[in-house]
Amino acid sequence: MPYETDYTNQGFSKVGTRVNRPDGVDKVTGRAKYGADANAAGQLVGRILRSPHAHALITKIDTSKAEKLPGVKAVLTGKDFPDLTGGDRGMMNILENCMARGRALYDGHAVAAVAAIDADTANEALKLIKVTYKQLPHVTDVDEAMKPSAPIIHDWVRTTGVTPAPTTASNVAQRTEFGHGDIDAGFAQADVIIEKSFKTEQTHQGYIEPHACLATLGPDGSGELWVTTQGHFTFRNVCASLLGLDVAKLRVTASEIGGGFGGKTHVWTEPVALQLSRRANRPVKLVMSRDEVFKATGPTSSTSVDVKIGAKRNGKITAASAELRYQSGAFPGMWAMLGAMTSFACYDLKNVKSVGFDVLVNRPKVAAYRAPSAPMAAFAVESVVDMVAAELGMDAVEFRIKNAAKKGTKASYGPVYGPIGIGPTLEAVKNHPHMKRKLGKNQGRGVACGFWFNFGGQTCTDLNIGVDGSVNLTVGTVDVGGSRASLALIAAEELGIDYEQVRVTIGDTNSLGHNDTTEGSRGTFSSGMAAIFAARDAVEVLKQRAAATWGIPVEQVVWEAGEARAKGKQNNNLPPLSLKEIAAKSPRTGGPIAGHNEVVADGAGVSFASHMCDVEVDPETGATKILRYTVVQDAGKAIHPDYVEGQFQGGAAQGIGWALNEEYVYGDDGRLQNAGFLDYRIPVCSDLPFIDTQILEIPNPNHPYGVRGVGETSIVPPLAAIGNAVSNAVGVRMDHVPMSPPRILKAIEAAQG
Amino acid sequence: MRFESPTTTKAAAALLASESGVAHVLAGGTDLLVRMKMGATEPDLVVDIKRIDSLRELKVTAAGVHIGAAVPAIMLGESDKLRGLWPGVVEAANLIGSDQIQGRCTVAGNLCNASPAADSVPALIAAGAKAVVVGTKGKRRVAVEKVVLGPGRTSLARDEFIEAIVLPARAGKSADAYLRFTPRTEMDIAVVSAAINLTLSRGIVQSAKVVLGAVAPTAVIVPAAAKALIGTKLDDAALAKMVTACEAACNPIDDKRGTIEYRTKVAGVMARRAALIAFERAGGAK
Repeated sequence: MPYETDYTNQGFSKVGTRVNRPDGVDKVTGRAKYGADANAAGQLVGRILRSPHAHALITKIDTSKAEKLPGVKAVLTGKDFPDLTGGDRGMMNILENCMARGRALYDGHAVAAVAAIDADTANEALKLIKVTYKQLPHVTDVDEAMKPSAPIIHDWVRTTGVTPAPTTASNVAQRTEFGHGDIDAGFAQADVIIEKSFKTEQTHQGYIEPHACLATLGPDGSGELWVTTQGHFTFRNVCASLLGLDVAKLRVTASEIGGGFGGKTHVWTEPVALQLSRRANRPVKLVMSRDEVFKATGPTSSTSVDVKIGAKRNGKITAASAELRYQSGAFPGMWAMLGAMTSFACYDLKNVKSVGFDVLVNRPKVAAYRAPSAPMAAFAVESVVDMVAAELGMDAVEFRIKNAAKKGTKASYGPVYGPIGIGPTLEAVKNHPHMKRKLGKNQGRGVACGFWFNFGGQTCTDLNIGVDGSVNLTVGTVDVGGSRASLALIAAEELGIDYEQVRVTIGDTNSLGHNDTTEGSRGTFSSGMAAIFAARDAVEVLKQRAAATWGIPVEQVVWEAGEARAKGKQNNNLPPLSLKEIAAKSPRTGGPIAGHNEVVADGAGVSFASHMCDVEVDPETGATKILRYTVVQDAGKAIHPDYVEGQFQGGAAQGIGWALNEEYVYGDDGRLQNAGFLDYRIPVCSDLPFIDTQILEIPNPNHPYGVRGVGETSIVPPLAAIGNAVSNAVGVRMDHVPMSPPRILKAIEAAQG
Repeated sequence: MRFESPTTTKAAAALLASESGVAHVLAGGTDLLVRMKMGATEPDLVVDIKRIDSLRELKVTAAGVHIGAAVPAIMLGESDKLRGLWPGVVEAANLIGSDQIQGRCTVAGNLCNASPAADSVPALIAAGAKAVVVGTKGKRRVAVEKVVLGPGRTSLARDEFIEAIVLPARAGKSADAYLRFTPRTEMDIAVVSAAINLTLSRGIVQSAKVVLGAVAPTAVIVPAAAKALIGTKLDDAALAKMVTACEAACNPIDDKRGTIEYRTKVAGVMARRAALIAFERAGGAK
């Protein structure tokens, strides 16, 4: 049944409360089952052999000795994955990333796989596989890769988005352009113009749980996959397509997930595990090591960005432009495009242009990372915004408020905004006690804004009421950030029952219709919408049962406070029927009571945040300490404020790590030098201050409760906020992230001459 | 792989001597187990020395300090007496990894792991610590700086292991200090470090030892830096001279953890700050 998605400004009794999360006990007692926690009788251990070279032809792979090793049940190389893509280059890229096809494209690229009776045998088998490589020239830097002299990663790549269409291969896979107005005219009107280039290094999502799966695929083409994933339906579709299976015959179950942040939206080893299982005809468990996670799964782009902004003396920006060069690893991506789209989204600009170049390099395939591509663009743009304000002698917050986008603004990437939160978040920053804290010696304050689109997508949900009146809501979006608690609150709100009466289950792929991957901050937005509608569907059934019990027309029944009430004077002798009472009688009144909804949840509300932070920099070591950090973000409606705040804090924490220390370090040989948590430094607890939060609620007009996605925007401003704070503390403009101690010290010394 | 837990040093030495393949001594295991998980070593024999009672003894007396090779680093911080006598050694041991890691790891293990960046090693050298080495042929005492030959290499023979680390008796107005630089507050490894041990006489530095970590293949003793401090109250000129001597003694590498330039500069900064802390701890006043 179709329902109205419009915001209705209804009152709430459950939504907005801070209840305990239902998965908490399992997680703190160790009972929760993650990707590596499933086992099957007769299972084998899968392991993958990876290229030590950044770029090499695989001239020969001799697997004969490995195959003869007792205990080895399957050995696969690229030739064991026939091309079933029907010419779909995108699918072929996924397959080729899972297993090299004649050429290793980065340090860590899979070249062979084994399944054996135990880990020792599997590791021994890997050593017995003899791969003959012919090393090729490589390139890992985004700017170097764009030079005409750079080694070409793929000879079939022609730059799209340029006219005339090129006829020769290039590492630039795509050029994209966004904007409106006339930037030349705009810059001509400017009293002040600032132009600067920035670089950001590659970072990994750093989820604590490595990729892991248990795959079973029989000769009949029916299979099971237990996997840590953000999108089990997408994994099913991709694996089925790559391996020639019927979608409905592959049942994929999402495990509990120990962090994803976008990195678990893509398949990495799952098709290989399934193929090993098919070959061995036994279940195969494949768990990545941390080293493999760093080398061969989803980091975000390293980037190189030029920004130019011009403004009048009165503080109004007249023109803004950016060129954004993002590397996408060894396969084409759309990451520069997203950077170009988000770069100026916070501002109301007459003349704006952003151009993105997606560039191939010999690094792992870039994957989504929490508001993918936006933090790097924001770092460059928000740094220049600060510089322009300083040049104008204006307060940086006032300057932003003066230029902030608002309802009716034509966004730099095309659409016209509805009600949005950038202005209100900036006003909240201006009035926040944080801004009044006195700064000491070597301390600096920075403010920055951020934007993310958010996404809705295909969603399918079931709500089943038990005979005792307890309710199970089955959703197809993975709970990456506390969504089960939020969705249970929504179901309880709609049904008028206690939160504790509702259990939320993440259904496997064969229990619901297709659900898009849990990405784009869509979990609570879209499954929440479907849950509202499924509950309303169930309420209709409850009302019908009550009407039948009373023998009155259903039109005379209303659902209020968890019970059916008969309307009208003629019915005032009928006592209300509670959900519990109706459920208890359901076997005799028509059977189980359920609600269902499938929806394409359009209208995800865009999200804005403004962050402020205070830092202290040790001028002798270049070490930065974050003294205070505050996040202000528009949530539309915070269903469960704890988990909204948690998302705000988590994004800021990841952003702090990225801003100060996290980076992929490649040697001249194109090999990754720091594929582990010792030398890839995500922050530890003692590195972070308490991260303060302020939730604003500017309802999304396209959701019944006004919900906007909240998961991603919080990582967009930190690089820039910290960049501005450090620059203010040391008196030198920082233009390279991470602002690691050696980089800061070098910048200070360079400025001192 | 064989795993043995002997209860005497003699049995442990005999086990090590009789193994023809790869053998490792395990105390806390916080380095060894990581290396095994990474596949960096595949031992044929692991000898756990924690079951040898005498190796779990920590004795702090007027004659000196005896730290058994199996005493977890966190126990050092639990001893008020030890903290009073050797605050620098204790703070170095209590910077290794994290609280959880210190609950397992040992200073003897930290030494034998032979990392140029080991936290406790510069502090032990500055303190004039000796390692009691035991093998099938008996015991010998060796200065801590003679144990490590280079990254991952020690002077111990196949059948030898460290039984204890001993610190000398303390002279009157003495104190030590250790500082390291890490990008993170914990769970990190020194980019550069400095240990200073001072003895004062009438408020003037009478003797000094300056040791730098992570600036060369092994910890570096810098006599010129010590000399710069002796006879002074750590005035600015003395400190500047010490910093110059420290920078001159640095022979670091460029790697993922830091550049040559950065390590050299920050070595001097750490040494200066550590010297001031040790001076104050020893009762010095500028």
